[in-house]
Amino acid sequence: MASPSTEVPDASPPNADPTYGSGAELIAAGRVNRGDQAFRGVALVAGLTVLVILAMIAVSTTREAWPAFQDQGLSFITTNDWVPAEGRFGALAFIYGTILVSVLALIFAVPISVGIALYANEAAPQRFKSSVVYVMDLLAAIPSVVYGLWGILVFAPNVKGVYEAVGGFFEGWPVLGTIFGPTSSGRSFMTAGLILAVMITPIVTSLSREVIATVPSAQREAAYGMGATRWEMIRAAVLPWSRGGIVGAVMLGLGRAMGETIAVALVIGSNPQITADLFAPGDAMAAVIVNQFGEASGLFRSALIGLGVVLFGITIIVNVSARGIVSRFDRRIAGS
Amino acid sequence: MTDVLERQDDSERLLLDATTSRSRKVRNCVASIWMVGSLVVAMVPLAFVIGYVVVKGIGLINVTWFTEDIQARSREAGGGMAPAIVGTLLITGAATLMAVPLGILGAIYLNEYGGKGRTAGLIRFMSDVMTGVPSIVMGLFVYTVFTLTFGLNGLGGALALACLMLPIVIRSTEEMLKLVPDELRDGSYALGNRKWRTVTTVVLPEAFGGIVSGVMLAIARAAGETAPLVFTIGAARALNPNLLDGANAALSLQIFNNSQSPFPASQDRAWAAALTLVAIVFLFTIAARVVSARVARRHSA
Repeated sequence: MASPSTEVPDASPPNADPTYGSGAELIAAGRVNRGDQAFRGVALVAGLTVLVILAMIAVSTTREAWPAFQDQGLSFITTNDWVPAEGRFGALAFIYGTILVSVLALIFAVPISVGIALYANEAAPQRFKSSVVYVMDLLAAIPSVVYGLWGILVFAPNVKGVYEAVGGFFEGWPVLGTIFGPTSSGRSFMTAGLILAVMITPIVTSLSREVIATVPSAQREAAYGMGATRWEMIRAAVLPWSRGGIVGAVMLGLGRAMGETIAVALVIGSNPQITADLFAPGDAMAAVIVNQFGEASGLFRSALIGLGVVLFGITIIVNVSARGIVSRFDRRIAGS
Repeated sequence: MTDVLERQDDSERLLLDATTSRSRKVRNCVASIWMVGSLVVAMVPLAFVIGYVVVKGIGLINVTWFTEDIQARSREAGGGMAPAIVGTLLITGAATLMAVPLGILGAIYLNEYGGKGRTAGLIRFMSDVMTGVPSIVMGLFVYTVFTLTFGLNGLGGALALACLMLPIVIRSTEEMLKLVPDELRDGSYALGNRKWRTVTTVVLPEAFGGIVSGVMLAIARAAGETAPLVFTIGAARALNPNLLDGANAALSLQIFNNSQSPFPASQDRAWAAALTLVAIVFLFTIAARVVSARVARRHSA
């Protein structure tokens, strides 16, 4: 309660001119205002729950994971050696899988998302704009598990042939031959990356749209006034202005992709290996937790919760830096 | 602004065409194809997923689907999904009851009391960060602080979903409170109302529609979640309306488990459960859109 914010007089409306609040303050000063004090206190406690929950997440999961961290030491995140039956928990392959799959998702999702955002804000006829938002809403509303269901029963079996064709074409090539290597069931890093790309497209699109919408129309008109085509206007006026915000949006998409569990768990193939072959089955942190938790106990369970702690840490770092970028961007707009 | 651009599209195009070199036109054309193509590419998976879910799921949807318990033998057809439908609704409902009052109060603090202060800034930033915490971590969290002590039950799942909903409700409600004009607050003060009366009788009713829309989006997101429920609610096959006692069931969990089954009967159940879940989620999403469109119309009027 000792923070500076408590100095703001209770009775003054937010952002109001100081003279405005004084009338209400006079009323407030006349009698001791128990009702107001209590209401403010309840509201503050409700807001602080967020901080409490975040702190409790960090503390309670780390405590449950501690035996595994203690037993494995650094090898928990530096070795690829996951044999729960023998008490060996080297989780590097899962970390590799999470990062690889998320990066793949970004590679597919970012050009599409930015394209849709530009279309919706710059190119679409007025009456189309709301339907673009509508499509994105529906895409975002489909639950992860439904994408997973479609991925495991429809997409993976059908895309297998495509993988085989591509792999066959590049067979023997220096680098591409390794990246597009053999596949087994169609469940692979690539499949998980593609499904994730669909899932993060709505969030990257809507955040990019918000950023692009802040470009002052004077800049657009200036570019058009100089005879620019639409694309030249976008490159000269829209993209430089919104680059920072789009980077923030992409990083928030990355955070979302890394934490996405169920769809990845169903389509990645559950085979902890570190390979450059994108068509090979792999595994990821969130996926292995949800797939193996049921049969886990003791140190094994502790190690899975430990993976959750690592995942929590990584996503917090990604989110905090993304929010930092976005808020710096907001300040710049507010200042201009 | 759009008027200017649209007029530009119509009347100045002729002039532009005459003065623009071919390579610039080609580049502009390629960029347009990229933008429109992106939208088309994004709609393909949407159409495929919804198409498959409807076509494959519709077959099992009948009266028994909504009334009977879940089939115990995974290779045999039959049975219903009533326990999971009721479970999803009850667990999401309980989560809403926990997260919404807390979230609205938190938003009231942020907008009406905290303003630009440091405490409010921190809460705002952490709510944004909390939105990005993976749902599976919320599940593990509730598992460690609740399930280990009280066992598998519906309340654990509701707690995990409430943790997911809370930051969404706080941030969307705050945005709606911001839209309430200060003149309304001043008018209330001028009538001698105290701040808390002003907030509860003037500000909240004014922002009600927008808040409801945000809450419904949060409900839609929570209802489809699977990962937080895996560790917390267990697996029940019979209807369990008591969230405090015994394992429960949820549509999302049924889809997850049945989709990994090699038996067609189980896969069919997964598709039908997916159709049911998507219908519930879309209902809330579209309702939220309708409400927020109505609010936007009122504000612009």
